[in-house]
Amino acid sequence: MKVAIASGKGGTGKTTLSTNLSAYLAESEKTVLVDLDVEEPNSGLFIHGHLVHQEEVYKMVPEWVEDKCTFCGLCQQSCNFHAVIQLGPVIMVFPELCHSCYACSELCPVEALPMVQKKIGHLQQFRSEGLHFVESRLDIGEEQAVPLIASTLDFVNKQFDCDWTIIYDSPPGTSCPVIEATSDADFVILVTEPTPFGFHDLKLAVDTMRQLGKSFGVVINRHGIGNDEVEDYCHEEGIPLLAKIANSRAIAERYSVGKLLYKEVPEVLEALIKIKHFLNTMAKEVAK
Amino acid sequence: MKEIVVISGKGGTGKTSLTASFAMLAGKDIVVADCDVDAADMHLLLEPDFEETEDFYSGEEAYIVQESCIQCGKCEEVCRFNAIDIVKGRFVVNAFNCEGCGYCARICPTKAIVNKEVKVGECFTSNIKTGTYMVHARLGVGADNSGKLVAKVKNEAKELAKVFNKDYVLVDGSPGVGCPVVSSLSGASFVILVTEPTVSGLHDLKRVYQLVKKFNIKTGCIINKADLNIEKTTEVESFLKSEAIVHLANLPYDEDFTKAMVSGKTIVEYNHGLLSELISNSWNKTLEILK
Repeated sequence: MKVAIASGKGGTGKTTLSTNLSAYLAESEKTVLVDLDVEEPNSGLFIHGHLVHQEEVYKMVPEWVEDKCTFCGLCQQSCNFHAVIQLGPVIMVFPELCHSCYACSELCPVEALPMVQKKIGHLQQFRSEGLHFVESRLDIGEEQAVPLIASTLDFVNKQFDCDWTIIYDSPPGTSCPVIEATSDADFVILVTEPTPFGFHDLKLAVDTMRQLGKSFGVVINRHGIGNDEVEDYCHEEGIPLLAKIANSRAIAERYSVGKLLYKEVPEVLEALIKIKHFLNTMAKEVAK
Repeated sequence: MKEIVVISGKGGTGKTSLTASFAMLAGKDIVVADCDVDAADMHLLLEPDFEETEDFYSGEEAYIVQESCIQCGKCEEVCRFNAIDIVKGRFVVNAFNCEGCGYCARICPTKAIVNKEVKVGECFTSNIKTGTYMVHARLGVGADNSGKLVAKVKNEAKELAKVFNKDYVLVDGSPGVGCPVVSSLSGASFVILVTEPTVSGLHDLKRVYQLVKKFNIKTGCIINKADLNIEKTTEVESFLKSEAIVHLANLPYDEDFTKAMVSGKTIVEYNHGLLSELISNSWNKTLEILK
């Protein structure tokens, strides 16, 4: 089963839940945690393992071969992203604008724009006791997270079959990186906090999940601060509320030094047990 | 006119609460731009009236006209985004996957594919409770091109600032280091980084600062919840020193952040103690630097 941990608002506890849930599940089942928040990957600050594999990740971009070019202008015409521009006797390629659609390259009548690799980040795989951990990291200055997320999903799906529980720590927001990160998941857990910002962004995330046709549930983090809006909303909308984790300065302090919580904070463990139970029940239903 | 951009790398460090407080302190001297278009929250504190709404179109999406389609499958062959589905024997475009590159339309032998402009969101211009304007937006679900919507919001805000002779545009940015953040940084005069003394707060601060450095913009930093972990705070402070980032303030871990939000107020309206004083000092320091 593949579970994505997402949220509209940033900083609600996605990484906290992803790392603790993964480590806890790994005690009893084959589990892999995948950090897909490639812009700011944080899971690795809480999961310490030994490196078993690493590779660079590339996207494909066209490269101009001057000798072959006849300056017919077709490449510029065929690029919807203004990533290929003809300036007098020069074809300029802007890799950061390129979406790797191959149109310019394949439509070029003289093969003057072959596609070449451009590094956008790297992927690392770690092993930590029973848990496997995969992290991808976008190079600073690269703007597109989606190709790196897609490559990471490919890697994970080749390495780990359906016997594994896969947890995806997703990026915040509701735009393209989140869509990509949750695309492969059987179930999405939306982590929120019971505040006006948390509630507002949760509604956006719920809209997104509904439009994608994903099944999803909610975990409330920092329960006790703020108000009851989130909880009431989940009841009204019939959204399963998987667990609540109380607001506590002690939890925040442990988090600040990069420690997992569930072995030391009984109520976090309690929340994880509830979530595991829910996921198991779901998995059985899916199997039927 | 100068542009102040507030970002954080990591989400949930208090960026929006602080930006809204700065907006309150600055009053009529500024135009506010909420560039966190993915999860725009500033309107919850600043009471915008949504005076003007404009649909925002960006990019295209392929659409297959079934009457003209001869089921040759060439579109599916060239699509690198898995955006051509076969539903009940017919080729259809999966809108979520379509990047709008237009390749399929170009090679379709019967010209059965058309590109449609896509509405990716809405852009609003509002009067807010501080007596000035705010430009904000709502990105459509799963929409691409949030970077372009960010640019749109910023440009509208700058335009307003020019017309009404305002000194500053105050920008609330989004988390991360990707396209919306890059877009919000371009043209900025000063960047305020909001961080927290946690392993992830510092990690993300360092990454986002690498990006800021590429733009060569003068930068200040506020450490929120500074008393949560004194050791980490010291670590953040020495990072700031080593990079010559102006240390604007250490704010205490204070539930007034949340309480103010719940009551629909900015911190400086809700709290009348040390917290507000520190925020006010940070804003004054920022203005001093920009003089």
